[in-house]
Amino acid sequence: MKAKAMRFLKLLGNRLLGILRAIAGFIMKLWRHPKGRVGLIVVTLLVVCAIFAPLIAPYDPYDVTQRAAKGLSPSWSHLLGTTITTGQDIFSMLIYGTRVSLIVGLVTGISIAFLGAIMGVIAGYVGGAADTAIMRTVDVMLVIPTLPLTIVLTNLFGKSYLMIIFIFVLFGWTGLARVIRSLVLVLKNANYVRAAELAGASRGHIMFRHILPGVSHLLIMNTALTCAGVMIAEAGLSFLGLGDPTAISWGKMLAEAQGGGALLFGHWWWIIAPGIGIFLAVFSFMRIGLVMEEILNPRMKQSSSIYKIFKNLNNTYMEEVFASMDENAKLGLTLKAGEES
Amino acid sequence: MANDKTREPIMVLENLSVDFPVKGALPFQKRKLIQAVTDVSLTIASGETFGIVGESGCGKSTIANAMVGMVKPTGGKVIFKGKDLFSLPREEFKELRRDMQMIFQDPFSSLNPRFNVYQIISEPMFIRGGSTPDEMKARVIELLKLVGLSEKDLYRHPSDFSGGQRQRIGIARAIILNPDFLICDEPVSALDVSVHAQILNLLMELQEQLKMTYVFISHNLAVVKNLCDQMIVMYLGKVMESGATKAIYANPLHPYTNALLTAVLDIDIDNQRERVLLEGDIPSPIDPPKGCRFYQRCPFAMAGCKHVAAPLVEVEPNHFVSCHKINGFPADSDSAENRTPLRADDGQV
Ligand SMILES: Nc1ncnc2c1ncn2[C@@H]1O[C@H](COP(=O)(O)OP(=O)(O)OP(=O)(O)O)[C@@H](O)[C@H]1O
Ligand SMILES: [Mg+2]
Repeated sequence: MKAKAMRFLKLLGNRLLGILRAIAGFIMKLWRHPKGRVGLIVVTLLVVCAIFAPLIAPYDPYDVTQRAAKGLSPSWSHLLGTTITTGQDIFSMLIYGTRVSLIVGLVTGISIAFLGAIMGVIAGYVGGAADTAIMRTVDVMLVIPTLPLTIVLTNLFGKSYLMIIFIFVLFGWTGLARVIRSLVLVLKNANYVRAAELAGASRGHIMFRHILPGVSHLLIMNTALTCAGVMIAEAGLSFLGLGDPTAISWGKMLAEAQGGGALLFGHWWWIIAPGIGIFLAVFSFMRIGLVMEEILNPRMKQSSSIYKIFKNLNNTYMEEVFASMDENAKLGLTLKAGEES
Repeated sequence: MANDKTREPIMVLENLSVDFPVKGALPFQKRKLIQAVTDVSLTIASGETFGIVGESGCGKSTIANAMVGMVKPTGGKVIFKGKDLFSLPREEFKELRRDMQMIFQDPFSSLNPRFNVYQIISEPMFIRGGSTPDEMKARVIELLKLVGLSEKDLYRHPSDFSGGQRQRIGIARAIILNPDFLICDEPVSALDVSVHAQILNLLMELQEQLKMTYVFISHNLAVVKNLCDQMIVMYLGKVMESGATKAIYANPLHPYTNALLTAVLDIDIDNQRERVLLEGDIPSPIDPPKGCRFYQRCPFAMAGCKHVAAPLVEVEPNHFVSCHKINGFPADSDSAENRTPLRADDGQV
């Protein structure tokens, strides 16, 4: 029993090493690809910002007591000025905002990769009742309206990024599970799998040595693309005030800028700053994901990549968030028009 | 090419049938069955080469899969080394199955593209366990030389090799555990004609050296003629003719065998797959004819062939054929009506 457990652990360790090696290999390939290199550099920059935020940010972004420094325009002492309402340094907020975006994006992306892979592999490889159960669950998940549910859940259990991540993962694994399942169905009928079965391979052997490595490239690629999608969705939710009210995030910065009258006073940098943050983060992860797809699938034409970005963003969840952001924006605009007249 | 009648049988199929369910288009429709293999019995003696011949879709691979226990038969038995494969406990089944291996038709999907040659060939040994990496490496190098590759290829990947070389890698993997029963499912049909002979010769040499029993699946009759001791000719899941290869080639009785042979002999080697003599395609194995399965395309078909089943009958020692024209109808259905030819132009023959 113990020996078996040890062997399993060793196998698992080997697999993890294999996955790490696969990731390292991908990074090298990305670096050699000009577009991928851009994405890689930006992501590295963002990661550095997130980790060393206290060293990089010139001011404490949480400091709301600077009455004298309210609504400053950009200058050398405040690179992006300060907020009109509380006098926080916008550049410092921008740097700190990286943390929320990256953590939510990466944690969600990786969790979805795990859950989606497990569900997809079980559905595809084990099949039978497990397959039916999982695929029915996926179908049901696809028709649940997620935004209202998010609002209800955050109101019930408190607004936190953990909640947001939980919801993202809960609804995010379904698409991936589907893709993985169909790939597994192809792989498990490959003749090399049958040869292994003939030699007496266990299900674990086939799963860990043939099936999982066969889908790993898809997982890595998908993680990058989910990160991008999740970061933009997170910004949307934070904008709607569903994020952690005490943390600084780009979405919340946007909401504050709008509420604080950035448009009214012409402080465009207050709005542009978080916008650029969101753009860079989403763009770089998207780039990496798409370049990976290109590397793995050389027949695919790269010209379609912008189209693909839109197609990728075009899933229901994002649509809902965008739609409600639109509503809010319209509301803001009509208010403004009313005040002026 | 051993032809020793006294040898004991290594593989016996007893009335093997394999049906695959196909879903009807509508949920309440009756489920239909593809009768991939119907009532096939055969005995393969240890050390011989047994040929299975027939057009695409006639159930050759399904028989092979049933022999190695990858497809569960709907009826009949698979008896390997005296043991009924499908009634064994799981562990014993796995153990017994190690003595069988398979060489696949498509050398591209039979090797994992992410593995290197060492990992591919050593995998069965790795799965069995109990060998150190050094032992496995030594064994793989030995096998590489045996199949005509070199030690230099050890850490290369399948994409670096040609089809013929990949097939050699597949062969090395198949024989690493010293199986005594090897199924070659169209081992050369996906390869360049120029390497056919090399691979076939390699297989023959290995058989000589390692004393293996071969099942050789092919739709190339020339290959079967040269390699096989015994053979069966299949059509739509049923055996049409079976027996010693020599007897069948010397005196092909079944119209289908005849058609296959003329096609090979009449047309030059490049076009040998064209079957000029047979009209129409092989019919669907869903709801096959009740009588002789070949009657729709048979130039000599009679009215009775449609609904009277044609049993395999031994017409000369070790030569069986399933045909009403050769064997005549059984007494209870032997009427003039049944004997009327279906096709007017061929009736006089
Ligand atoms: N897993 C399966 N499910 C359903 N039908 C199957 C399955 N495997 C085979 N069949 C059907 O059974 C019949 C026989 O197939 P089989 O693969 O044994 O033919 P074959 O003689 O090997 O043909 P080929 O020369 O093309 O390899 C075919 O009609 C095929 O469609
Ligand atoms: Mg086949």
